[in-house]
Amino acid sequence: MAELWATLIWPVLWTAIKIVIIVGPLMLAIAYLTFVERKVIAAMHLRKGPNVVGPFGLLQPMADGLKLLLKETVVPSRANRSVFVIAPMITFILALVAWAVIPFGEGLVLANINVGILYLFAISSLGVYGIVMAGWASNSKYAFLGGLRSAAQMVSYEVSMGFVIITVLLCVGSLNLSDIVLAQKGSWGLFNWYVFPLLPMAVIFFVSTLAETNRHPFDLPEAEAELVSGYNVEYSSMTFALFFLGEYGNMILMSAMTSVLFLGGWLPPFDVVPLNWIPGPIWFALKIAACLFVFLWVRATLPRYRYDQLMRLGWKVFLPISLVAVVVVSGFLVASGMAPGAR
Amino acid sequence: MSFMDRAARTIFLSELISGLGLTFRYMFRPKVTLNYPYEKGPISPRFRGEHALRRYPNGEERCIACKLCEAICPAQAITIEAEPRADGSRRTTRYDIDMVKCIYCGYCQEACPVDAIVEGPNFEFSTETREELLYDKDRLLANGDRWESEIAANLAAEAPYR
Repeated sequence: MAELWATLIWPVLWTAIKIVIIVGPLMLAIAYLTFVERKVIAAMHLRKGPNVVGPFGLLQPMADGLKLLLKETVVPSRANRSVFVIAPMITFILALVAWAVIPFGEGLVLANINVGILYLFAISSLGVYGIVMAGWASNSKYAFLGGLRSAAQMVSYEVSMGFVIITVLLCVGSLNLSDIVLAQKGSWGLFNWYVFPLLPMAVIFFVSTLAETNRHPFDLPEAEAELVSGYNVEYSSMTFALFFLGEYGNMILMSAMTSVLFLGGWLPPFDVVPLNWIPGPIWFALKIAACLFVFLWVRATLPRYRYDQLMRLGWKVFLPISLVAVVVVSGFLVASGMAPGAR
Repeated sequence: MSFMDRAARTIFLSELISGLGLTFRYMFRPKVTLNYPYEKGPISPRFRGEHALRRYPNGEERCIACKLCEAICPAQAITIEAEPRADGSRRTTRYDIDMVKCIYCGYCQEACPVDAIVEGPNFEFSTETREELLYDKDRLLANGDRWESEIAANLAAEAPYR
């Protein structure tokens, strides 16, 4: 019995505890991201935003969540019931599952697998299934068009995102996310982060994450003006809430990915005394928050792209630039002898 | 040169960045929100809100049942029945306004020869049932008594233009 406890039960239990420790704060962060989004955008519109529920409106996400929970789940009569219900679950589960490989600090990672970045990339690509299934199962033309747009958009931007990731991997020489962060550690502090040597790539990556998470200015799948609200138009109550949680969870995930790849993950900006007293997870959270702020900032600033402009940007601008960048970066690394294999 | 200029602007995303800078500066500007139930914006003396039937200072109702308002009402929201009173004056026995039909065009107050039916400054008269919006004469006279000071001030302010 003791052996069973030590070899099977305790490891499983310990993993479950770690999952709760990750998912709990994550759910809270998602809830408050919706609140912060409304506040930030309101401030940029010279409005006040939610300020009635609780002090400064801080209980607003709870009120919204409660409202959605208490609503009736409406399934359209011509919809494909099972797919209709599964689609939001897929979106939400995939947004959570990817967090398994995100390193929050030195060794603070649920699954330190060697192909972490591939896993992340695969999971974020799977996210399109939730949206396409929702669009198809709703049996509504708006939802269907939204789903189609989303599929085309996510596929196109994943290509350039993949090439950007390859440039980073060329510099690191490892697919392990912890190694990617540690490769950005150096005597120059924040100037060792890849955001500086690979600045154009970082910009392309960030813009692609905007497209990947269907955020402004690439929110064509849910373009209110044309598609009412796109793939989730037929959804209500908790199924709708799951889409919402999934979308915001994906935003946080993509910000985490940007922080790991370009902003030095959990590393402090400079390895000097007051800064390196602050623990890594807090630096990581701060970097994610900064990325998320840019997400919201962009939403308040830019109008929505037209569909052909979106495709042009993806295929005719980002793809050639990132392809050339792969060649240039690898050429530079080989020529200067800085390639990881040459060390 | 202009081509180089344009290319440089595109590559360095200068317009994108200046746009982001603008929104960032706006974030710290004072807010223009009115905290509505507690703060309210100014309204014009010509504002056409909830209807009211006015009285003369001696308490006699102004309406003489000429039915001009009923005739002009484009939504046909006003219903009037009238008969001579014991003192021989002509008064309404029934004066109903269906506030659900009303389009707040203000023709009734324009038509009224004695300034009896007016649209006051009140716009906060929402109800929980539709029936509560079917106003009768008592309700309209009560409105008139309640809002008389504001209505009189607005009419006085507008008098030079009428």
